[in-house]
Amino acid sequence: MSFLRLLARNRLALAGLIVMVCVVVLALITPLLPLADPNVTNTADRFQRPFTEGAALGTDHLGRDLLSRLLHGTRLSLAVGFAAAVIAATLGAAIGIVAGFYGGRTDNIIMRGVDMLMAFPYILLALAIVAALGPGLLNALIAVAAVNIPFFARNIRGVTVGIVHKEFVDAARLSGMSDLRIIVTEVLPNVIPVIVIAMSTTVGWMILETAGLSFLGLGSQPPVADLGSMLGEARSALITNPHTSVVPGTMILIIVMAINLLGDGVRDALDPRLKSGALNRPMPTTLVDRKGPVPQPKEGGALLSIDGLKTEFHVKDRVYKAVGGVTLSVRPGECLGLIGESGSGKSVTALSVMGLVASPPGVITGGAVHFEGQDLVGAPYAHLRKMRGDRVAYIFQDPLATLHPLYTVGDQLIEAVQSHHATPKSEARAHAIDLLKSVRIPNAEKRIDSYPHEMSGGMRQRVGIAMALANDPDVIIADEPTTALDVTVQAQILSLLDDLRRERGLAIVFITHDFGVVAQLCDRVAVMYAGRIVEEGPTDAILNAPSHPYTSRLMACVPELGGGRRELAAIPGLPPVVDRLPEGCAFADRCHKAQEACRRGEIELVDNGPSRTVRCIAPEPVTEAAQ
Amino acid sequence: MTLALKLTDLAKTFEVGKRLLRPPKALVRAVQPVTLSVEKGETLGIVGESGCGKSTLARMLVGLLEPSGGTIEIEGEPLNTADPAEFGKRIQYVFQDPISSLNPRKTIRQIMEAPLRHLHGMDREARARRISEIFASVNLREEFLDRYPHEFSGGQAQRIGIARALAADARILILDEPVSALDVSVQAQVLNLLRDLKSEFDLTYLFISHDLAVVEAVSDRVAVLYFGAVVEVGRAEDVFARPRHPYTKLLAESAPVVGRKLSAPEGRETELPDPMNPPKGCAFRARCPRASGQCEEVPPLKRTPEGSYVACFHPLET
Ligand SMILES: Nc1ncnc2c1ncn2[C@@H]1O[C@H](COP(=O)(O)OP(=O)(O)OP(=O)(O)O)[C@@H](O)[C@H]1O
Ligand code: SF4
Ligand code: SF4
Ligand SMILES: [Mg+2]
Repeated sequence: MSFLRLLARNRLALAGLIVMVCVVVLALITPLLPLADPNVTNTADRFQRPFTEGAALGTDHLGRDLLSRLLHGTRLSLAVGFAAAVIAATLGAAIGIVAGFYGGRTDNIIMRGVDMLMAFPYILLALAIVAALGPGLLNALIAVAAVNIPFFARNIRGVTVGIVHKEFVDAARLSGMSDLRIIVTEVLPNVIPVIVIAMSTTVGWMILETAGLSFLGLGSQPPVADLGSMLGEARSALITNPHTSVVPGTMILIIVMAINLLGDGVRDALDPRLKSGALNRPMPTTLVDRKGPVPQPKEGGALLSIDGLKTEFHVKDRVYKAVGGVTLSVRPGECLGLIGESGSGKSVTALSVMGLVASPPGVITGGAVHFEGQDLVGAPYAHLRKMRGDRVAYIFQDPLATLHPLYTVGDQLIEAVQSHHATPKSEARAHAIDLLKSVRIPNAEKRIDSYPHEMSGGMRQRVGIAMALANDPDVIIADEPTTALDVTVQAQILSLLDDLRRERGLAIVFITHDFGVVAQLCDRVAVMYAGRIVEEGPTDAILNAPSHPYTSRLMACVPELGGGRRELAAIPGLPPVVDRLPEGCAFADRCHKAQEACRRGEIELVDNGPSRTVRCIAPEPVTEAAQ
Repeated sequence: MTLALKLTDLAKTFEVGKRLLRPPKALVRAVQPVTLSVEKGETLGIVGESGCGKSTLARMLVGLLEPSGGTIEIEGEPLNTADPAEFGKRIQYVFQDPISSLNPRKTIRQIMEAPLRHLHGMDREARARRISEIFASVNLREEFLDRYPHEFSGGQAQRIGIARALAADARILILDEPVSALDVSVQAQVLNLLRDLKSEFDLTYLFISHDLAVVEAVSDRVAVLYFGAVVEVGRAEDVFARPRHPYTKLLAESAPVVGRKLSAPEGRETELPDPMNPPKGCAFRARCPRASGQCEEVPPLKRTPEGSYVACFHPLET
């Protein structure tokens, strides 16, 4: 199972697991072992040193066999600790699920109670409970479980709230399920991993807390001893006979360490991010491992040119060829559209330009990106950092991902300005206001002090554009900047970008999946499929007479406003997965014109009329009229 | 002509900033009183921008949200219980996000069986039979039944979501942005499937989307929502081609269309109305080029001679 394998990858957790298994097995078989009775006193043999005949670990102040007491004590401590954990987890989870599921007033009242309990210091609360109930191991167990319930309740409530708002819970309601059934079959299975994680990280503390209460004489009562009370009884002989303290103390240390190491391991192994390798620390720039020759810069006035770029993701033993040799270029003042379906590699292409693809797992394995004739692939981090934002800036689909929620937009704009050019604060602020004005934020002098969440989606995207403009870059790479916006706002942002490139001579690479947007904004368009450009050329020419079967069929399957009610010509099948690309044309399985030759080998991008290229052996003819 | 669905003055007001024992901080009128009817076998498209109340309206129609006022009649019978189990047999919902509408820890079979079991009390054998019928209709292979949701692409998952809605045997489906999470090439597959299912099972659709072109392509009639209120209802081929309400016109002109010049149809300074602080009178007033003093009143939704409905004092001429 992959969970165990992930757990075993963490050496410390594995060690913890092994130690814990030994301790638990030992505790389980203790009654079967040929040990002395742990509670029979024999004052004649008191304080025997370890390794004496008949008492491997020595004896305590009443002459009782320490080894036997240790094992029985361990058994007791573990049992109480686990029991407390199970009780706390069950009750806490139940409370958390009820609060999270019903929400509203129920939630409010329950969580107020939980907050109140959490306001008390932990051990004080436990002491108070034991004081009220009277000393005894069972009462200590109750106390430890009780003080841990709020922790579970809080955690589980949070997770439950997230789940209850998922659409599948609504779907279950519409399937006629009762609340109880929804809680048991829809919510619970999704919170169990969280409960397990919370338990594995707290059970060690619960054992320690029980031991603490016993140490103070509030837990197990003589003559029966758990580890805590053994330690408590040995206190008076700490100096004269240290072994009586060291023996139980060591056992507590071993158990708690082992459990906590294991608990951390379990938490990490259950974390879905670990599986995708995201917990590895990312490098500041994308890893470069170019095989084959590096393309030289070409002549021809391009500001930014991507040449044969290949970017792959190496995940375990799979290689995802997200970008499989892409060649593109933009001139100053030009807008290049990059269009394709999701997963076709548009974003990875864009991020590769400035080495922003996360590594691991991303690796640039070929090609070059020339900016003013200089190769950016493999450029030193310091150089890339200087260029990022200053010469080449990005606008992303979700502006909230680029804006920090805790700083005002003004602070962030000012920082963006100052990080590249030393400017006095007042000047930077004036510049920030100008930037906000240039993206037509109404009332910029006031809005500069707003926090991102106080703005609407369209406004935040305009701030995103202002950030990108902060240092007057030469190139803007916009990755679906309007996809999440409403049409009326989209229209405003598009015309704003259009003005900017005309006024400032900006080069724009505009990523989208909307032909209408491409048609209105872009001079040239490149169509991507399965990590490669399949067709490229002037927007008008391509949209009027698409040559590649994929382009024409993709255009046919999006309805266009003004066409009335109609049938859509869908493309059958799905795009290929980029770790198993077929030989030859990646579109062959879905193409109505596919022939045998299409699957036989690499299909090159070839010229197809004036400044057009296409990657197909049977392209639609480009008629004179279309040019 | 029989009505599948009739809403009369259906409204929803949310309380925000709820506090224990004290009144809420503010009221948000997500859906203003809406009156609409949908004929049997019709597809009514509902368009509007984010936050205009599309999903709130839809969720009330299936009992997931309790209306704060008004009535819902389904096939001639009033239903105002806000009990999804009551609604479920008559009206079902297809969700926007196909993956998150399937419980990741259940097999597709378990997901498909839920409505059959809880709404119709079918036994094992009957369930298996029904599931194969439905799967055949939505072009899904039966071997998928024992897999888990994460193994499916968005398009497949959305087919499963549609299959689940069909399993409840409701005659009315609310499709809430059913294709916006899908890729364009897959979007067309799902839209065509929906069209085929409609004639096969005699369904009535309420198709909600922010994508004007998609709505126009699949609907018989379209209702345009602005700020929680219906501002225009008309035949799909007319609504965007010959808009009567200034807002509909703005929407139609904002949509990017191949072969049309890029233009910002309205000034960039305009701000959308704030739901916590709603404008008086016509909600579109601050953005409307035709606004007059009369617009300080709320314009009623009125029938035009052509048979469409417009809520505007100065509608555009056709
Ligand atoms: N961190 C990652 N680890 C593994 N694979 C990845 C990672 N990021 C992207 N990929 C893969 O790279 C391929 C291209 O992804 P990319 O994000 O560039 O597509 P896209 O065209 O931008 O799609 P969308 O329209 O959805 O934004 C996909 O197959 C994707 O699954
Ligand atoms: S190369 Fe062949 S399979 Fe590929 S698009 Fe062209 S005709 Fe179709
Ligand atoms: S009622 Fe007045 S403000 Fe409202 S849309 Fe009509 S003309 Fe414009
Ligand atoms: Mg992308």
